[in-house]
Amino acid sequence: MIDFQTSPQDYKHWKLDFDGPVAYLTMDVNAEATLKPGYELKMNSYDLGVDIELYDAVQRLRFEHPEIKSVVMRSGKDRIFCAGANIRMLGKSSHAHKVNFCKFTNETRNSIEDASEHSHQRYISAVNGTAAGGGYELALATDYIMLIDDGSATVSLPEVPLLAVLPGTGGLTRVVDKRKVRRDRADIFCSIEEGARGQRAVDWRLVDESIKGSIFEEEVAKRAHAFAADSDRPSDAKGVTFTPLNRKIDGDRVQYDLIDIEINRSGRVATVTLKAPTDAAPADLAGAHAQGADFWPLALCRQFDDALLHLRTNETEIGTVIFKTSGNGSLIEAYEKLLEDNADDWLMREIILYWKRTLKRVDMTSRTLVTLIEPGSCFVGILAELIFAADRSYMLDGQIEGDDTPEAKIKLSAFNFAMMPMSNDLTRLETRFLGEPETVERVKAMIGQEINGAEANKLGLVTDAYDDIDWEEDVRLFLEERVGYSPDALTGMEANLRFAGPETMETKIFGRLTAWQNWIFQRPNAVADDGALKLYGTGTRPSYDFNRV
Amino acid sequence: MSESIRADLVEVNYDDLIPNNVDLSNDRRLKKALEEWQPNYIDWWKDMGPEGFQESEVYLRTAVGVDPQGWAVFDHVKMPEYRWGILLAPKEEGRKINFGKHKGEPAWQEVPAEYRSLLRRLIVIQGDTEPASVEQQRYLGKTAPSLYDMRNLFQVNVEEGRHLWAMVYLLQKYFGKEGRQDAEDLLQRRSGDEDRPRLLGAFNEETPDWLSFFMFTYFTDRDGKMQLAALAESGFDPLSRTCRFMLTEEAHHMFVGESGVSRVVEKTCQAMNDAGITDPYDIEAVRKLGVIDLPTIQKKLNFHVSVTEDLFGAEVSTNGASAFEAGLKGRFEETKIDDDHQLHDATFDVWRVVDGQIVQETEPALNAVNARLVYDYINDAAGGVKRWNKLIKKMGIDFDLKMPHMGFNRRIGEFAESFITPEGEIVDEATWTAKEFDYLPNEADLLFLKELMQPEYRQGEYATWIAAPKVGINSKPGDFEYVKIYGSSN
Repeated sequence: MIDFQTSPQDYKHWKLDFDGPVAYLTMDVNAEATLKPGYELKMNSYDLGVDIELYDAVQRLRFEHPEIKSVVMRSGKDRIFCAGANIRMLGKSSHAHKVNFCKFTNETRNSIEDASEHSHQRYISAVNGTAAGGGYELALATDYIMLIDDGSATVSLPEVPLLAVLPGTGGLTRVVDKRKVRRDRADIFCSIEEGARGQRAVDWRLVDESIKGSIFEEEVAKRAHAFAADSDRPSDAKGVTFTPLNRKIDGDRVQYDLIDIEINRSGRVATVTLKAPTDAAPADLAGAHAQGADFWPLALCRQFDDALLHLRTNETEIGTVIFKTSGNGSLIEAYEKLLEDNADDWLMREIILYWKRTLKRVDMTSRTLVTLIEPGSCFVGILAELIFAADRSYMLDGQIEGDDTPEAKIKLSAFNFAMMPMSNDLTRLETRFLGEPETVERVKAMIGQEINGAEANKLGLVTDAYDDIDWEEDVRLFLEERVGYSPDALTGMEANLRFAGPETMETKIFGRLTAWQNWIFQRPNAVADDGALKLYGTGTRPSYDFNRV
Repeated sequence: MSESIRADLVEVNYDDLIPNNVDLSNDRRLKKALEEWQPNYIDWWKDMGPEGFQESEVYLRTAVGVDPQGWAVFDHVKMPEYRWGILLAPKEEGRKINFGKHKGEPAWQEVPAEYRSLLRRLIVIQGDTEPASVEQQRYLGKTAPSLYDMRNLFQVNVEEGRHLWAMVYLLQKYFGKEGRQDAEDLLQRRSGDEDRPRLLGAFNEETPDWLSFFMFTYFTDRDGKMQLAALAESGFDPLSRTCRFMLTEEAHHMFVGESGVSRVVEKTCQAMNDAGITDPYDIEAVRKLGVIDLPTIQKKLNFHVSVTEDLFGAEVSTNGASAFEAGLKGRFEETKIDDDHQLHDATFDVWRVVDGQIVQETEPALNAVNARLVYDYINDAAGGVKRWNKLIKKMGIDFDLKMPHMGFNRRIGEFAESFITPEGEIVDEATWTAKEFDYLPNEADLLFLKELMQPEYRQGEYATWIAAPKVGINSKPGDFEYVKIYGSSN
């Protein structure tokens, strides 16, 4: 099992240092400490284990260190920044692992950009040596790239010429979309092994600055402090410590404090139940800060994030994920109100942003997503987003005979409008109702109202509503039908249908780059015994099938 | 009618609103679905069922048991009050799937998810034919040649209605909300309606007269028998059980058809003999006797056989192969066939037109299951034709009714693009078209039949063109009042 939980004292590959408002996140990969046997992480190359630590560090910098206003990403190795994903690891990995690995690394790079843009914790990369492939992509995810000018340090994306694959972590897209490198220059850059350095790298906008080695560290520090000065993050606030999650895995059951996962292996279905708070919200912002990691919205989000990563990585045969909620929905509103009313407080802002990223992770999860809304559920506000994130959502209309639990209701809040954009920069409701924007306005007027099954169905908020007589059977029929289909076709279909509307850099990275990469990862030119990934480092030239597809 | 059902015979629960042997009272979901569907069904029946006789009391047979003898009671009943219900053949413990990929596995009691849509399509297509024939025959009561025949017509109609119930049961029980929508749609389509026709061509043709009715019940209901027999082999046990019970009812329909044609033929021959006419082709003279000439009967036969053959679909069909491979629809008498019932390496010779010749070509047997079923059908149907010819011969008339060649007048399958005479000769389009009405009834023939068919509602009396039956229904005499017409808004 791959565990996504870690903490700085357990890091094998990263180091955190602090200098007032500036943090130094130093990559110093321990070549021996690999996630799986069979390869060594030389030259600051990485595997999923390295990235799990990076993700943890990025999260902690946001939550545990409100005083940190800029972060310098640098290398602990001489003349090497980062060599990218480990090629031997990729050569040995299953296709599914490669895909999951790339998806997670992409999400982590997006979260770095989210920190720069929305948390006002700007990332700078101090490229002290070779930044190749995924190494340069890591730099591309930061807000500002400073390249040492020592006559040898380069940035490069040599995947096409060397490995017959693509830079898989947003490199191509970010070069033209984010750094706006001219397409023919980008074409040159991406098709040469040696990459670019010095003034040319600056002229082509591949980096922001090229700096002599003698003054490199000093300039980096200056720049980091200058960025920090522009941040609105507080200097004197107390961070929230990410205490270890209380997670129990017992056979087909995974339990957190606020989340239950039940796995039905023969049906290949996991049911994820998210629980409402049991206590009323703290009276004020100070109370929320005092609760820290136990503050319900944050606690639930952390557990949900971990649960999603666990299911994705460790339960690949579970093709369908059902979302349910349980508990007293009326308590949720007060929590949401604290967040909404104090959205400029650094912690409340972080929690909102964390939910935004986690819901995007839901969108990116290559499982059939079904949300079931039953009596006893609490689909209020942020939890109601799961209805709109799902491929199908079904609501039980009315009560269950012989059970006096009141009928299920949905209640929308500001979180369903503007606060939780998807990667296409639209809200889930805007995406859902792309062809009928007036419906979005109509349901917006219903914020705070209870909407029952029949009404929700009429409004189009759910796929369908069934009464208790039909409920079990029709849900079962859908699930049975679904698990019979090809998982590949389903993944492709769902990914195509989920993201209606405009493209953004993020949608391009996941929808275009990743899709092509996943195709290339399957092709003999890359992965056959005489393909480039397999032969890399052996000295033998790969032989390609030269038919264009 | 309930008091007439003897308690010791009943294994079907008539206490419920809907008679059944599927424990409906304990299946809340199905009960609700059927109880919602039932009023719409009754509306459909009143709207599209036998026109003019909804208030008449008809001496109908109602099944009260589902064993092969088909326990039943007979009583006069108004058709809209007929006790339609859900009747399945008894469950065979340990039944296995007998063919296809899953051969040898236990028969499915629930729909296997991967075959849900395929199975649903099969059931919808079968289900659509049942109300269609009721619609096609709705005006025939007005020209019934006797109360006996009228009663048989209505018996066929109510049973086709019940067959619709049988398919609706499967859709509602096993296919959720979508199945319920399908069940509703079965009541919305209308035979011959341009905007919402029935699914299969033959079920949008008119049944304009009683000769057509007899031909339909003999030839087209025999397609029904073949299809039901193939579905009775299904690995999906509820479908198999449903179809097995439907087959016992279908047999009666074919009896109505075979004996009906037989009585028409008998009366024609009788009249010719009485009048001293020996040439069966002296059509005008024969018609003047108030009977139907044998060549017109042959033309009707040509029409009904050819449109019915189209119902089997393309002889070589991947859909047919999928349904067989999946274990959903077998061949006719599958378990009696001596082969491996999987057909992966087997071949089957299919008739088709190649370079202007009708030849046999070898196809993978799996793809040719439809061909096999239609060939089996043709053999099966030939039996009745033989018996009619025996009768004609016995009556001393020199005429043979013939099954037309399987390529004649086809719109679907191997022969759809060719012009083939009933004798099996390939001709060009112009030649065929010039002779079309030597093969098929023309306007004048249909007009003659229409004018000939005047109602005969008197007890024990029969129209001029049809002989009395040998025996009555349920051992009742020929002059029994099979239909009490009073109260009808005829």
